[in-house]
Amino acid sequence: MTHVENLPGWAALLTALLVFAGASLTLIGAVGTLRFRTFFERVHAPTLGTSWGTGAIVLASMLMFSVLGSRLVLHEILIGIFVTITTPVTLMLLARAALYRESSEGGETEVPADRRTD
Amino acid sequence: MRKVLPYPVLTASLIVVWMLLNAFTLGHLLLGTVVAVGASRVMTALEPSKPRLRRWQLIPWLCAVVLLDIARSNIAVVAVILQGNRRARRAGFVSIPLDLRDRTGLAVLACIVTSTPGTAWVEYDSATGMLVIHVLDLVEEQEWVELIKNRYEATLQEIFE
Repeated sequence: MTHVENLPGWAALLTALLVFAGASLTLIGAVGTLRFRTFFERVHAPTLGTSWGTGAIVLASMLMFSVLGSRLVLHEILIGIFVTITTPVTLMLLARAALYRESSEGGETEVPADRRTD
Repeated sequence: MRKVLPYPVLTASLIVVWMLLNAFTLGHLLLGTVVAVGASRVMTALEPSKPRLRRWQLIPWLCAVVLLDIARSNIAVVAVILQGNRRARRAGFVSIPLDLRDRTGLAVLACIVTSTPGTAWVEYDSATGMLVIHVLDLVEEQEWVELIKNRYEATLQEIFE
């Protein structure tokens, strides 16, 4: 383990709060994925984990290791950037496939007007 | 200059990424530069469209606005999930006619819409400029059209077009 006992109180508290916030958001996102009924509603829930869920944990890690190592640790920011720029790719693939399925098979989701005929 | 460094911004960002992942030493600066210059020259084979940044000063402002909006919609979506089915809520698609045509600008808009909980980018038709998004808690369609157009699209147009 790292020397967590060397962490000053304010930093420990802030880190704990951030980790708790990030973990809670991700958990609630997972609960939402279970709770929602249709595909397009479900798509929204995990974004809690990929936005501030990741963001808060990344901030906590940056804060803790910057204070412990007494130099600025910033490489966690890259995790945030890569998560943000890669999610639209999978989302668009899934969303377009689902939209195609709904408009060709007539699912329960209301599809946009211009897609209803094809 | 253009021959050696076809994508200077890409090269610079790759060096920064390399230094962040390793260490801020002279050795890693040199190694990172070699890797970055090599990698950005490989990019020419892919011929990506080169974004022109007209007003990069607006980028930090846009980032701040987006981070705040994402935080707010995080809270909104948490509320929707925790309330369950106790509150009547309508989810649905919204069609937004976009004027933004720059591909990098559209890519950034896709990242913004996707990382904001409660909105998801579904489809974009480059011929008509029609964007379809899905909104989890849809109260007024026109509100969403105006939000995307005024808040993000206008700024992105200023930056990229």
